[in-house]
Amino acid sequence: MKEKPDVFQGTLALMVLKTIDVLGPQHGWGIARRIEQISGDLLAVNQGTLYPLLLKLEQEGSIASEWGASENNRRARFYRLTRAGRKQLQAETREWEQTAAIIGRFFKVKAEDLS
Amino acid sequence: MRFLRRFLIRLSNFATRQSADQRLQDEIAEHLAFQTEENMRAGMSPTVARRQAAIKLGEAVAIREDHRAEQSLPFFENLLFDLRYAVRMLLRSPGFSLIAIATIALGIGATSAIYSVIDATLLHPLPYPNPIELVRIEANLPGVGTHDVGISIPELRDLQNSGIFQYVSLCFFGSENVTGSSQPTHIAGATVSPSYFAVLGVDAALGRTFDPHDATPGPNLEVVISDGLWKRAFGADPGILGKSLRLDNDLFYVVGVMPAGFRDQGQTSEERDTELWAADGFSRDLPPMRGTRQPYETIARLQPGLSLEAAQGHLDALVASLKKEYPADYPPQAAWTIHLTPLAEILVGNARQSLMLLSGAVGLVLLISCVNVANLLLTRASARGREMAVRQALGAARTRLIRQLLTESLLLFVLGGVTGFAVLFGARKFLLQFVPESLPRFNEISISWGVLAFAVVVSAAAGSIFGLAPAWFTSRRNLTATLGQEGRGSSGSRQRSRLRHVLVIGELALSLVLMVAAGLLLRSFWDLFRVPLGFNPSRVVAIETTLPNPNDPKTDVYHTATQEAVLLREVLRRNRTLPGVEETAVSDRAALPLGHGQSDLRPRPLIREGEDAQSSQPPLIDTSTVSPQYFHVLGMTLLRGRLFVDQDLEDTPSVAVINQAAALTYWPNQDPVGKHVHVRSRAAKPDWTTIVGVIADARTESLADAGIPQLYLDIYQSPAKFLAFYLRGQVDPAAIFAQVRTQIQAVDPELPVFRAETLNEALSSSLSVRRFSMEMVALFAGTALLLAGLGIYGTISYVVNEQRREIAIRLALGAQRGTILKMVLRRGLGLAAAGAGLGLAGALIVSHLMAGLLFGVSPNDVTTFAGVTLVLTTVALAASYIPALRAMRVDPMATLRSE
Repeated sequence: MKEKPDVFQGTLALMVLKTIDVLGPQHGWGIARRIEQISGDLLAVNQGTLYPLLLKLEQEGSIASEWGASENNRRARFYRLTRAGRKQLQAETREWEQTAAIIGRFFKVKAEDLS
Repeated sequence: MRFLRRFLIRLSNFATRQSADQRLQDEIAEHLAFQTEENMRAGMSPTVARRQAAIKLGEAVAIREDHRAEQSLPFFENLLFDLRYAVRMLLRSPGFSLIAIATIALGIGATSAIYSVIDATLLHPLPYPNPIELVRIEANLPGVGTHDVGISIPELRDLQNSGIFQYVSLCFFGSENVTGSSQPTHIAGATVSPSYFAVLGVDAALGRTFDPHDATPGPNLEVVISDGLWKRAFGADPGILGKSLRLDNDLFYVVGVMPAGFRDQGQTSEERDTELWAADGFSRDLPPMRGTRQPYETIARLQPGLSLEAAQGHLDALVASLKKEYPADYPPQAAWTIHLTPLAEILVGNARQSLMLLSGAVGLVLLISCVNVANLLLTRASARGREMAVRQALGAARTRLIRQLLTESLLLFVLGGVTGFAVLFGARKFLLQFVPESLPRFNEISISWGVLAFAVVVSAAAGSIFGLAPAWFTSRRNLTATLGQEGRGSSGSRQRSRLRHVLVIGELALSLVLMVAAGLLLRSFWDLFRVPLGFNPSRVVAIETTLPNPNDPKTDVYHTATQEAVLLREVLRRNRTLPGVEETAVSDRAALPLGHGQSDLRPRPLIREGEDAQSSQPPLIDTSTVSPQYFHVLGMTLLRGRLFVDQDLEDTPSVAVINQAAALTYWPNQDPVGKHVHVRSRAAKPDWTTIVGVIADARTESLADAGIPQLYLDIYQSPAKFLAFYLRGQVDPAAIFAQVRTQIQAVDPELPVFRAETLNEALSSSLSVRRFSMEMVALFAGTALLLAGLGIYGTISYVVNEQRREIAIRLALGAQRGTILKMVLRRGLGLAAAGAGLGLAGALIVSHLMAGLLFGVSPNDVTTFAGVTLVLTTVALAASYIPALRAMRVDPMATLRSE
């Protein structure tokens, strides 16, 4: 029942939304693999944590899911972005970029710049 | 929004028990298949590929758990689980559950009962919109020591125009004779300013109320009637409006019918039961002079948003400017002031103190019953030590255990609370009999949903508070120590047993406080009951009638004393002939001993010859009008001078009798007999009244106060409208009423006859609120004592049980059984002593707080304190004696072998 730290939860959700946005409807493994490919080993440890998160996003109405056939003709559950999810992604992307920019500026600052 | 959507979906999943588990398992299977294929493509063997895929996925059980937590509401799921478990635990030890639930039901039931009384009386005393704006206006003359002198017509206008009030209204409660029907009836009626209903803020259900701006100087002949009167006397006639009604021989027109639930404001139940209101401008009877004050009540509605303090401030300024403007009417030595009091405060009056005492007492009972249950829970905690240890060993978190234990105690308390409420609801009719009718808003007392909500909330709160400590101690234990004690139950932790002792001491202390309160009240009541009355109420019946009081004196057949004397003498003569009657008398209602509302008493200004002739601010004195036989029928003693005689008539010099208190107050160190006074409010006769006699003080006004100055006039010299006939002798109060009615109506068939009451009944009903609070507190004290006894019994039993081995060893080593008995008893005595010490300190504080309710007994009364302590100690010893006997009879061989 222990909650994940918010930052991780938040960023993971953002990654999931972005992945689905870029690749179109995806099944769980597909999303996990993409995130893994892009982010390196961040999720390699526990792909399974993705599923509770997917459920939460679905309950919040950001994504929807249904059974479908995969590329190699397997039955799999496909997740797609809803209109609300797209909006949320846009808003969160903006927010993230702003935060990243601010943090980035802080990292660039040197002692002499502040004098 | 998103959060809400998520919560609702989870809630519906929880409610419908929908599980996404199958879906997750399918998804995980697919996931693993994909990953295995990928791994095999990367060159792994199928076995390794599958293993690596599973590792990469992570722990499937943990994922499923997270998923499940996400899917539904784990908090509620756990609660449901805990509840199911709690029910099973309660059923498993039915004895414990029954005792605990009964104890809580007792506490909560009693508390809810008192709450329902307080809810109706203290919390909602005024059933009108914005009751906070309603005030009573009281004019005082502190300079001459008189209060509530009433206001004059010019003063009323000043108040109305002051901008402080929305409306100001005079009101005068009395009664009206409705004639014209087969049996003349007497109803409680009020004469009020036309703005009366505007002050209360209540409109008529049918028709209208009075126009608040009506400026008719006298009666405007409009009446508003109550729903009850409308249904009773007019058969709920929808065409009642505009119909006429004959009241005291005057024709009035009905303009409105009040709603069914409407109750008038007033201090007595009689006033609140007013059924007819007649509008009157009041300014015709008396000249509009500032010094001519109306002896009526004044109520008003403040401007919205104006606080009482601000209004009083404005009023003080107004009073100051009026004094400057009319110095002749407001002499500085009288110190005229006008005081505002919230109407609610006036109406609840002296019942407030009794009710506060009751709520305090019932609070203590609740506390004691909760402590008792907490104690029981602690006992059970030791019995369940192993269970807790095993569950902790299996990985249950302590918070989780506490939560589960709290759920159990909450269930127990709420069940108890609901049981208590159910019993209360079932017995409400029976219980209401004990509530004195004189309590304000008695009819509004009900066991409603509000009371149920109160019961549930209080029991839930008590459950959380008193369940927490036992839960804390139950869940806290040393695993290895408990599990190591193979099957031996457990020796309770030292802390836990100390807590138990503290709880029992607390219980004993609280019950001592209650018992002291009950003892003091009992003694007050007893003293009051046995106080020398100064008159003899036994074998006297009083029956009332009211003479018509028409607006035009010319139509009044009983206008002069001589006219009225004919009626009175004839009725008295006829009454004397009734079987069993020995003596008869008549008086006005003010002279009715321990009689009805304060409004019957119209204190009159007492102008003493020579002394106050110049001053316009004489003191006020309670004045009543009686027939010569009155003093004899009531057995009052003459101290000096003479009583009234048959020769005192309207055309002979008027005479008065005073009581000793009046003599001492107004003629200190002088002989009042022969002094001249002036007390008539209507100056029909300008002559002086001579005081001819002084009687001993009698508690006819108030049992608690003997020394209230009284002045009696002769009814054959100053006629009265509200009459009480007295009959002394061997009469049957049930039969006498009809007999007297026949006799009175044989003389005048238009007279209503009502309310036959023996003076002993009047005496006992004047004590009803006192008796009620005494009985209640005594009942609560008894309950508390019982609970405390149970508490100490439980604790000592537990201690004995725990020390069984020790006792067995002592016995085996040759200890005397008597010593064992003493050892256990000493423990009980120790607890009792600690409880009594603490309780005595508390009782001293409480007894001083309730000093206002005591009569003839000091709040430090040693006898009460000592007696109560003795009772408590005896009960504590008796309760410890049973387990002590058990300890004494321990069989050392059997005990030691079994352990």
